[in-house]
Amino acid sequence: MAQGDYIQLHEKRYGKRLDHDERQRKRKAREVKKRSRVAQQALGLKGKRIAKQNYREKVQMKKTIAMHEESSTRRKIDDNVHDGAMPAYLLDRDPTTRAKVLSNTIKQKRKEKAGKWDVPLPKVRPVAEEEMFKVIRTGKRKTKQWKRMVTKVSFVGPSFTRKPPKYERFIRPTGLRFSKAHVTHPELKCTFNLDIIGVKKNPNGQMYTSLGVVTKGTVIEVNVSELGLVTPAGKVVWGKYAQVTNNPENDGCINAVLLV
Amino acid sequence: MAVEEGASTSSGNTVMCLLTNPEGEPLGAPLYLPQNVGPPQLQEIVNKLLNNDEKLPYAFYISDQELVVQLESYLAQKKVSVEKVLRIVYQPQAVFRIRPVNRCSATIAGHTEAVLSVSFSPDGKHLASGSGDTTVRLWDLNTQTPLFTCTGHKNWVLFIAWSPDGKHLVSGSKSGELLLWDPQTGKQLGGPLTGHKKWITAISWEPVHLQAPSRRFVSASKDGDARIWDTSLKKCVISLTGHTLAVTCVKWGGDGHIYTGSQDCTIKVWETTQGKLIRELKGHGHWVNSLALSTEYVLRTGAYDHTGKTFSSPEEMKEAALARYKKMRGNAPERLVSGSDDFTMFLWEPALSKHHKARLTGHQQLVNHVYFSPDGQWLASASFDKSVKLWNGITGTFIATFRGHVGPVYQISWSADSRLLLSGSKDSTLKVWDIRTHKLKEDLPGHADEVFSVDWSPDGEKVASGGKDRVLKLWMN
Repeated sequence: MAQGDYIQLHEKRYGKRLDHDERQRKRKAREVKKRSRVAQQALGLKGKRIAKQNYREKVQMKKTIAMHEESSTRRKIDDNVHDGAMPAYLLDRDPTTRAKVLSNTIKQKRKEKAGKWDVPLPKVRPVAEEEMFKVIRTGKRKTKQWKRMVTKVSFVGPSFTRKPPKYERFIRPTGLRFSKAHVTHPELKCTFNLDIIGVKKNPNGQMYTSLGVVTKGTVIEVNVSELGLVTPAGKVVWGKYAQVTNNPENDGCINAVLLV
Repeated sequence: MAVEEGASTSSGNTVMCLLTNPEGEPLGAPLYLPQNVGPPQLQEIVNKLLNNDEKLPYAFYISDQELVVQLESYLAQKKVSVEKVLRIVYQPQAVFRIRPVNRCSATIAGHTEAVLSVSFSPDGKHLASGSGDTTVRLWDLNTQTPLFTCTGHKNWVLFIAWSPDGKHLVSGSKSGELLLWDPQTGKQLGGPLTGHKKWITAISWEPVHLQAPSRRFVSASKDGDARIWDTSLKKCVISLTGHTLAVTCVKWGGDGHIYTGSQDCTIKVWETTQGKLIRELKGHGHWVNSLALSTEYVLRTGAYDHTGKTFSSPEEMKEAALARYKKMRGNAPERLVSGSDDFTMFLWEPALSKHHKARLTGHQQLVNHVYFSPDGQWLASASFDKSVKLWNGITGTFIATFRGHVGPVYQISWSADSRLLLSGSKDSTLKVWDIRTHKLKEDLPGHADEVFSVDWSPDGEKVASGGKDRVLKLWMN
């Protein structure tokens, strides 16, 4: 027999003490005091451990109490009275403050005056003139080198007629002329095949803008009448700016993103 | 006719005229009238042809433009051919004339938050206002001071409505509950009427000619249903569900149907005994913001009119209201106009068909409030594009635009004689417009902030306006 089992052996043989239950009850009642004394007096790591354990238990108890107190009938979520009372016809509407509207209009006016636009590609790799133009040698002895052929994609417009070939300085090959662009709307994320109305600005230089050369980063004007946009004044918008996002001479098509 | 014969001997030129009423029916046969005939003589002719006992005032319109000069000058101006029959439309005008308000007689403070709605009682003797500070206040019009403060709501009071017999006031709040008040004592009648889960957008009482004393009213809420409540039972009797989005406006028509307009772009017509859907009016492309009935003013004022008569028993009131309603309506069916966020309005005759009669375009921003004139001849619409437009109330043709506001126009109100129109806007001014000249009559600045709600008393004496600056302003002549 194991040496510590004598208490159990006695209980088996003679039954429990007559005041066993009473003593158990009293010991349990004293447990609370003992636990509290220990928690207060324990020092060091042991004390920390006990405190952490107690805190965990407290949190759990609080959660169960809150869960029980939740009533079965659902109440409305928002019961507080807020500031800024509005009549019913304004409640579902977005209240832009007057100050914000005014500052927006002023900023818009300033931007238009400066000629700066908020474009998706603010900086593009500059294209050198050697890359842009190919020198064409002409003349009986092929010594004259004043003609240039544009090696990038260009837009010429529907009513374009070449200058007399003898006096033409810049040649825009028909194979590299495009009239349509694949324009993506940045918010709707859908792409439309829209006609180009004109080239607004080529970042590489004003000469390229006037020639109608379309490279990456060029701002072009596209015909958006099929999108069905309407201005606040009620007029139909039929032209919007878009910025080219690819290198059209490599891909064979012009991809652009609409500037809204 | 004696008038005709006497005049024809003096002037040589005559012109053939046909007098028609606003619906287009001719009054008698075409007459040869001398060209120096003007509106006063035409008025006598019409009075005689209609066999009126008392001389009623009329206004005359040739192709939607008012005739103010003699026929001679009109013909010379417009170069109208004398050979064709000239159609002159006569419109009865109100016998009384309301003077335009031009001064603020009192600025009454009291509310501690923005005033969201103001309303005069149907007899014009009481004034109530609901505000964002969760109280409804009743104001004394004789001394222009506060009378009662009615507390009880838990959140902003968004809408108040007087019963057409003037005995009850109901207010709806942002927490979806409705409270009944007794205007004589300022005390709440019974407990709050709950049932709606979101805020109340509109309330409309049952017309008094259908039931007197007024017992039932319908309330519309953001949760998408409209509920019919009974004030004596103090509970919701019928719930009109069907809209998928918020119901923005509700009107109880004179023929007993309820019209609800909603953010799901449809208008539904309901019958009131069982709450069944009769018709659905589709057509708008965006939220329906506001509804207006051609008989709305008569339904709102019930049996009271400009004579200021009081009634002793509900039966008397019911009869008087019924007589007024019948006279207002005539033989034509009730017309309904809906204003929407898609910048247009539709004119419907909901009793006849579910297709619109006319589409009223022209506004450049959403239409916030549409209102028929008390005589049903005109329709005014207030829009966020800073203009108020005037339309013909019967055909829906455009007549004039009133420009002058510099901010979105929120609400409009008519004077009881239909000659003046009042508009309140976000730019903190109120403007009174003259319908005859199509011009601005009075400019009423004075509010410190946006004007949310305006109302013209049915007796025409006072105008009340409330807004974001928390004061109630009373305007008088």
